[in-house]
Amino acid sequence: MIRITRTWRIGVAVTAASLSLAACGSSDNSGGGSSSGGGDCKEQNLAFLGALTGDAGALGVNMANGIQLAVDEYNKDAKCKVGFKKFDSQGSPDKAPALATQIVGDKTIVGLIGPGFSGESLATGKTFFESGLPSISPSATNVTITQQGWTTWHRVIGNDEAQGKADAKYLTETVGAKKVYVVDDAQDYSKGLATVVKDSLGAAAVGSDEIQVKQTDMSATVTKITAAGADAVFYGGYYTEAGLLVKQLRQAGWKGTFMSGDGAEDPSFVKVAGAAGDGAILSAPAAPAPADFAGKVKEDTGNEAGLYTTQSYDAANIFLDALKAGKTEPKDINDFINSYSGDGVSGPISFDDKGDIKTSTIYAYMVKNGALDTENPTPIK
Amino acid sequence: MDFSFLFTNIVELTITGLAIGAVYSLVALGYTMVYGVLQLINFAHSEVFMYGTFAVAWVFVFLHGTVPVTQSLGSTIGLLVVALLAAMALSAAIALVIERVAYRPLLKRGAPRLMALISAIGASFALSELMGLRDRVVGWVGLRDNLDNYVSKARDTYSNPVTIQPDTVFHVGSYGVKNVDIMVIVAALLMMIALDQFVRRTRFGRGMRAVAQDPDSAALMGVNASRIVRGTFVLGGMMAGAAATLYMVKIGSTRQDSGFILGVKAFTAAVLGGIGNLRGALVGGLILGVAENYGAGIFGTQWKDVVSFVLLILILLVRPSGLLGESLGKARA
Repeated sequence: MIRITRTWRIGVAVTAASLSLAACGSSDNSGGGSSSGGGDCKEQNLAFLGALTGDAGALGVNMANGIQLAVDEYNKDAKCKVGFKKFDSQGSPDKAPALATQIVGDKTIVGLIGPGFSGESLATGKTFFESGLPSISPSATNVTITQQGWTTWHRVIGNDEAQGKADAKYLTETVGAKKVYVVDDAQDYSKGLATVVKDSLGAAAVGSDEIQVKQTDMSATVTKITAAGADAVFYGGYYTEAGLLVKQLRQAGWKGTFMSGDGAEDPSFVKVAGAAGDGAILSAPAAPAPADFAGKVKEDTGNEAGLYTTQSYDAANIFLDALKAGKTEPKDINDFINSYSGDGVSGPISFDDKGDIKTSTIYAYMVKNGALDTENPTPIK
Repeated sequence: MDFSFLFTNIVELTITGLAIGAVYSLVALGYTMVYGVLQLINFAHSEVFMYGTFAVAWVFVFLHGTVPVTQSLGSTIGLLVVALLAAMALSAAIALVIERVAYRPLLKRGAPRLMALISAIGASFALSELMGLRDRVVGWVGLRDNLDNYVSKARDTYSNPVTIQPDTVFHVGSYGVKNVDIMVIVAALLMMIALDQFVRRTRFGRGMRAVAQDPDSAALMGVNASRIVRGTFVLGGMMAGAAATLYMVKIGSTRQDSGFILGVKAFTAAVLGGIGNLRGALVGGLILGVAENYGAGIFGTQWKDVVSFVLLILILLVRPSGLLGESLGKARA
């Protein structure tokens, strides 16, 4: 009797386990799918890897909004709908690799927009390259990424070398600075950009300092800059620290020109810096978005467009164009991207053999009257 | 290493270091007082400070609006007083909530102190994320649009609309000392003297010291220990609120995670001066602020934390209980 009961129990357990396994399997197949359009449609998704929460979460949300808009526009009249899966790395090179493994294991993902930042790009590039999954980053600008030989890796934004050289030129030629002090926040992107600027400045660079991300009291750096008699400061990093630095410089009575790169080219810079931000020059390898773009983003996602929204929209559209052209295999999509040429909302897009964007004009955006003028930048030639 | 830079700019580095050090000191008081009465590190105290900075920013938005302006310290002083009161009130309230939710239920049931430590860390995360998600929280009660100025871009840096432009008051050598730095240092010192006298002279202060010395005997002598503990949290919260106001005068922007680093620094300051010791918190904070600036001056700004923590280790090697390692209970009346 006991034995029978035991057998019976085991039988129940086995049945339950197999049922639950079957349930898992089926939920896997339908997971995240908004894509089952018609009978002959295979589920296909675009993925985004980047910071959606954390310190730089605002930037990742900007990117995701751009992608969402592109996907929604595509799905309006597409036979086979495309889904959109977001992977939140918090911008951290430590968290991104695990997500990258997850992404390459998901065979419904046909293309990756991202990774968002340079650090996580360097940490995950090999994984994506080995799996053959094509990727287009809207924002990772570190020079070394495209020197790794990862043929599936692309970016729709000019790299730091192009930007740094243009920035140095702008400072010495247009602003007429004689003594430039270079500061960065020691991250891959920031240090890369600041180093290019410093090298291109040559003798005009009078000194450099490194601050830390999240640092709020810049008094020692301010003292260094004023003591060096600098008439211009270049800052490599993101808008929060850039805003705090320029504010504390002005409060100390410093009168020179403040310049920073695309990591600071966001209206949030002005929010942090307040009136001290006036006169600051923020460069970015991107033309302003078309007038109606911001409105479309707001309508579709309920959020404001921001830094990197246009690039993300363009990157997503390249993948969607590939799908439209009937490419579904990673290799075909990658070939499509490599030979792609078109006009995005951020400017003309085509890629060189390393995956860098071919033509990227660097623009200087000015802060005037307490606002970042995002519409009338000066191209740096 | 750039010693000549340090020596030529020593006045500026010292004064700006003292100003940020004064903020560390005020926050350190909260750590040190709670440690004094409970022998617990209140790791959620950093969020008490963070809520204070938001109280300041909200007062400015409410009374001034969102238009960014730069004005002198003199014409902002009225707003600052209101902001100070608001920040002290909100910080004290948050400190009370932490005591009520994260400490009292555990201590009442006799949970080990380690549990209270963990629940404080949990409270810290919860409070910080609550601030970072405040746009959704007000969305649930349907006030999202009415409160847009206060909650939009909840995870982004939130800046005070009024930037205070410092004026030079007097010169030391070639460096013009700024009124903002003077005000921050003097205000912090005044707050600390007031607290010190309060703890030394009032009935409540005597109760605090009694509980710190021996909670059981204090209870036998008719001291209401749980009232003393609540009061200690409130006092610590008020000091953090004052610190938040001075921080917003000097730095001017905050974020839902801005308490974390400052909390670590303030905790370091408390240990440096001798945890449980009010005057130690003052000394520790000021030394830490100045040491950071000197370290940044000599080795480069990326080394400033390394310098201050090496200093902490060196001091603890020589004086394991901190510089003024005398506990709150033993403070002379």
